[in-house]
Amino acid sequence: MKPRHKRALLIIAALAVIGVAALLILNALNSNIALYVTPSEVAAGKAPHGQAFRIGGMVKDGSLKRDGLTVHFVITDMAKDISVSYTGILPDLFKEGKGAVIQGRLNSNDEFVASEVLAKHDENYMPPEAKHALEQAQKNGSSK
Amino acid sequence: MIPEFGHYALILAFCIACIQGVLPLLGAHQGRREWLVLARPAAQTVFCLLAIAFAILAWSFYINDFSVLYVAEHSNSQLPIIYRLGAVWGGHEGSLLLWIFLLSTWTILVAQLSKALDEFMVARVIGVLGLVTSGLLLFVLTTSNPFARLLPAAQDGRSLNPLLQDPGLVFHPPMLYMGYVGFSVAFAFAIASLLSGRLDAAWARWSRPWTTAAWVFLTLGIALGSWWAYYELGWGGWWFWDPVENASFIPWLVGTALLHSLAVTEKRGGFKSWTVLLAITAFSLSLLGTFLVRSGVLTSVHAFATDPRRGIFILIFLALVVGSSLALYAWRAPKSTMGGKFSLSSRETLILLGNVFLVVSAGSVLLGTLYPLLIDALHLGKISVGPPYFNSVFVPIMIPLLVLMGIGPWANWKNTDLVVVIKRLWLAGLAAVAAGITIPLLMGQFTWLAGVGFLLAFWVIASGCLQIIRQAKAGKPTRSFIGMQLAHLGIAVFVIGITMVGGYQEEKDVRMSAGDTVSVGGYEIQLQSVAEALGPNYQAMRGTFLLMKNGKAEATMYPEKRSYFSSTMPMTEAAIDAGLTRDIYVSLGEELDDKSWAVRVYYKPFVDWIWGGCLLMALGGVLAMSDKRYRMKLKKQIS
Repeated sequence: MKPRHKRALLIIAALAVIGVAALLILNALNSNIALYVTPSEVAAGKAPHGQAFRIGGMVKDGSLKRDGLTVHFVITDMAKDISVSYTGILPDLFKEGKGAVIQGRLNSNDEFVASEVLAKHDENYMPPEAKHALEQAQKNGSSK
Repeated sequence: MIPEFGHYALILAFCIACIQGVLPLLGAHQGRREWLVLARPAAQTVFCLLAIAFAILAWSFYINDFSVLYVAEHSNSQLPIIYRLGAVWGGHEGSLLLWIFLLSTWTILVAQLSKALDEFMVARVIGVLGLVTSGLLLFVLTTSNPFARLLPAAQDGRSLNPLLQDPGLVFHPPMLYMGYVGFSVAFAFAIASLLSGRLDAAWARWSRPWTTAAWVFLTLGIALGSWWAYYELGWGGWWFWDPVENASFIPWLVGTALLHSLAVTEKRGGFKSWTVLLAITAFSLSLLGTFLVRSGVLTSVHAFATDPRRGIFILIFLALVVGSSLALYAWRAPKSTMGGKFSLSSRETLILLGNVFLVVSAGSVLLGTLYPLLIDALHLGKISVGPPYFNSVFVPIMIPLLVLMGIGPWANWKNTDLVVVIKRLWLAGLAAVAAGITIPLLMGQFTWLAGVGFLLAFWVIASGCLQIIRQAKAGKPTRSFIGMQLAHLGIAVFVIGITMVGGYQEEKDVRMSAGDTVSVGGYEIQLQSVAEALGPNYQAMRGTFLLMKNGKAEATMYPEKRSYFSSTMPMTEAAIDAGLTRDIYVSLGEELDDKSWAVRVYYKPFVDWIWGGCLLMALGGVLAMSDKRYRMKLKKQIS
């Protein structure tokens, strides 16, 4: 085989690998990306149905209720409230009145069923998504 | 006064690093020997000055000097002394100082151990390292001075984040940074040889042990980080595809590709441009990792810094480094692309293919890490890319790579008869298929993922064993051969670990009162009591659990829920009963009503094999580095 052909074959093999990887990536990105949605957007019906997404906001004071291992609480951006249920152990920093980011999906009763609760590990830290949701709601409130 | 000396040492170090970066390079360019010889003494001076600065910062922590802002923010007088010293790199400023100090350590090692090397080459290498050092020192001095004062001094410090109060903090960052920064040596060698136009086998032979050393540190650093996350963060996972983890893993993947490509360049004189490009990429990705972690662009546990000036500085620095080295590469890269001739069925081809897989996988991880940042920066919304993305992209790319790993070492350089290779390997293939079918069945449940995992792991092991037997019959194998086999074996052990954990772990979140028993993975765990306990700087609720198998007690476990005096943040301290074939992991959730507790229990089969595999890889790297052909050089230098 001529060196030129050999090189062409090697390049084709490399391109094939990259092509397959690109396919995998596109496919995975399509099905595994979680959008961030603010509580106001959820209330306005803008949340994706039948697909997991994330919401950020504050855990409303006095909203936390336990029912065995299942907890119910309300996430708010100070304009709209979303009720959330979660079964399992909450992270150390999950507290009423603090920010949290939650991944999950809406059930048929419009309750957000969480699969994962993220409260970051620093007491002074506010998740940027939670902050974003509060700012967004404030902006919309003041412009009305 | 003492902290000001530290600050002063940093300024002096910056000035001398500039000399170290500029004069030797100019001297090598214009053939001026009097500038050339400045390289070593300048590097030594920078090293001493940085050592002084570092020691002074450590001293300030030791004596609790809360008039230093950085100390006041990351330590307090109740903190045990070992964590006070670990806290030196527990925050942004100190960890950057550590970065630079380690960079200078690598520089001085190169300066001392390269006396047999052509002095123009050494001067250029030290010069390039000097430029990087001065750039980072400028960053520290302008945006992140660790010696900034706090006036009036604080009564007591704010304390270290409780998560960081762990022996992991003492070892993990220096290890990881040693690896990150170590790629700067491979980078400097690559740039120096581009500058001199002498890209030959000698260059590859010189940079190979240095690259291996950096790779060993990085491997250990990542493994330590993973282990730390596993036992300290209380989540029980060993890898989360967190951007910060990815930031260290991407350079590792490219560094692994670089190691293999360097082997071809050393043995066969091939792949020169590719090797240089990988060296530049590996270091650029290390810098990018620093940028990602240190600039606060990530929404992550590790990003304690949130100062946009810092991010912009590192971004400009990164652009300068990448831009100028790629420009140099485009201008000077050797024209002969493939080097020595080789046929399509040869070790060169297999290594090249492996390289493509490694680089593509690094690219896919990079894409998943940067994609959310990109979307956010373009105001297209906020998204998150989670572990499912990485698993569904990364794992399929690794499967052919592991298949290649079993074949590659069998192939000859230049040309190999594939029929002969297959004849020698059919037994290994058979063993692998048998393992892939029987082990999942023995574990009680066959899944395709587990089957493929065991098949690949045993393929690599069987192929390695056959080869070791063959080599042992033919004569005494070299250290670099044993090192290679050991590292590959490490990968196989690692794959067994992740396959076992991924396929057969059990996790339960349960509600327990004293006397309750929960069973997991054939073990019973009984909660006996939860009582208050007192630590040096915290108060805790400590659970006492009895671990039993078939009614027989095996161990007592004490998970804790701590609250530190200097912080309002609670902290889960898991209890782990570790074993060769399984870990039992218990952590306390919160107290529910009526004195019962939420408890998380895991059964993790073979989880320790994950880190054991990494240890084997690192050990393999150390053996390969100590191969005779590199040592001969060392001896020559000493005489």
